[in-house]
Amino acid sequence: MSLIEVDRVSRTFVVRRKTSTLRRARQVVRAVDDLSFTVTAGEMVGYIGPNGAGKSTTIKMLTGILVPSSGRLRVAGLDPSAARVELARRIGVVFGQRTTLWWDLPLRDSFALLRRIYRVPLTRFRQNLDTFVELLDLGDLLHRPVRQLSLGQRMRGDIAAALLHDPDILYLDEPTIGLDVVSKSALRGFLREVNAERNVTVLLTTHDLVDIEQLCRRVMVIDHGHLVYDGELAGLHAFGNARRTLVVDLSDPAPPVDVRGATVTRVDGPRQWLEFPAQASAAPIVAAVAAGYDVADLSIQEPAIEDVIRQLYLDRR
Amino acid sequence: MADAPALGRARAYGLLSWMWIRSSMAYRTSFVILLTSSFAITFLDFAAILIMFASVDRLGGFSVSEVAFLYGSTSLALGFADLFGGSLDRVGARVRDGSLDAMLLRPVPTLVQIMADQFAIRRLGRVLQAVLVFGWALATADIGWTWDRVLLVPAMLVCGTAIFLAILVLAGAFQVLASDAADVGNAFTYGGNTMLQYPLTIYPTEVVRAVTFVVPVAFVNWYPALHILDRADPLNLPTWWQFASPLAAAVMCGVAAMCWRAALRHYRSTGS
Repeated sequence: MSLIEVDRVSRTFVVRRKTSTLRRARQVVRAVDDLSFTVTAGEMVGYIGPNGAGKSTTIKMLTGILVPSSGRLRVAGLDPSAARVELARRIGVVFGQRTTLWWDLPLRDSFALLRRIYRVPLTRFRQNLDTFVELLDLGDLLHRPVRQLSLGQRMRGDIAAALLHDPDILYLDEPTIGLDVVSKSALRGFLREVNAERNVTVLLTTHDLVDIEQLCRRVMVIDHGHLVYDGELAGLHAFGNARRTLVVDLSDPAPPVDVRGATVTRVDGPRQWLEFPAQASAAPIVAAVAAGYDVADLSIQEPAIEDVIRQLYLDRR
Repeated sequence: MADAPALGRARAYGLLSWMWIRSSMAYRTSFVILLTSSFAITFLDFAAILIMFASVDRLGGFSVSEVAFLYGSTSLALGFADLFGGSLDRVGARVRDGSLDAMLLRPVPTLVQIMADQFAIRRLGRVLQAVLVFGWALATADIGWTWDRVLLVPAMLVCGTAIFLAILVLAGAFQVLASDAADVGNAFTYGGNTMLQYPLTIYPTEVVRAVTFVVPVAFVNWYPALHILDRADPLNLPTWWQFASPLAAAVMCGVAAMCWRAALRHYRSTGS
């Protein structure tokens, strides 16, 4: 069953720019343009795209903060903007850039207040709190006001706060932004556990592709408000104009090798780099090189996911 | 929501404002100083009127006790409105720093959260001063007490509070769309309050018409006061206008609620 249904949704903003002291140009910006996708319960989906692509606008529409300009949205069977207050009980949201906790309250008091706002039964609240304190290592932080927490500590607090009321869906907007490697890895471990053990559906936006590689089987790429890719992470290679590289070590330095289907991009003594499209088979190229040249060694480099995505963005300019 | 919405709202308002009271009590001395200074400043405000009456007997046909009645009633109404909804003038700042988004994500109506936000019990300073002035006015003014006049006093205070609150909500709704327009509402609340502290007979009729028909703040205290103090209406409106404050308050609250909802539907949030 689809938990999130997005059907031909658009959102436009009217931007007024000053062109001179008195005149103002009126410009309509389509932040999200004819977007459609569905997310099934239990999925963990990565939602990526360059800055200003429409990621946050999508999340804000899914949570009911923004009203779509057109199209149909359903989250857990509800229209988010019309049933925003009702939907709030069933979702958890974390914005990496800012906290939703009370700045001056100790973390413990923030949690207690959220319990009463969300009307979480006391026993369930204690169970959840104990779990999160253990998994997110919050024990020493509970008595400290949020303003005194470091970014990584605050993020852990925010994530625990977003899960205290057992939401069906967790939206994470750049949850690992600004965190060090150790904190990132701990957070990813926690998210995997939440998704697997509590069956929480997760939609996360990020600029860190390691997040996607380690957490999400499915990835959606948005650019200029359009969905440009929706599928398995592995499929991105084939979809983008990604290229693989064949590194050839010849026995002696030689002029660039000439084989069909591949181009030499670099020569360094006996070592040469040949690029070919990622979806093409490497076998005929390897065979051609081996047949025509005296080869000491061969290796194939897969494109890094960063490069795949960068290429994807570039191609769409 | 499972329980009656109104009850749920009051409960949420109580929860959130109690949280702010508790955190302000962490700095007890600062709380006492703020409460005292708020009381003292408003008290000096009334002292100015007393000084004026040292050289005149009547102002626009009203005695000092009767002016105190007008002053006390509008100050009480504004004091209560400010106590419950004073945080509405920070909506613009909430939009700019993105914290309105966080409020929109909680299962409590946004208006309730905004009104309870930074709930400051020191605002009681104004209410306290208004109670003293109004109490003195009731004790000394020459009022022919009848049942309708007795009942009109609490009705006037409740409707006055509702009218000022509606203006605060309207100004807050405006800030959702134009986040840098914090002072528009103050012009009507504090400006209106300052006007209503004096008998409207001292103003040109155009002004009285404006505060009756355009922004109906005159219903906060002027029309009920005409009946309670047994005065003739300078605009010669029908007598039932003097009992129309509940109607004015209901219309204002309805308009304010509609505008607030419309503003949230047109909310644009901030970037990222």
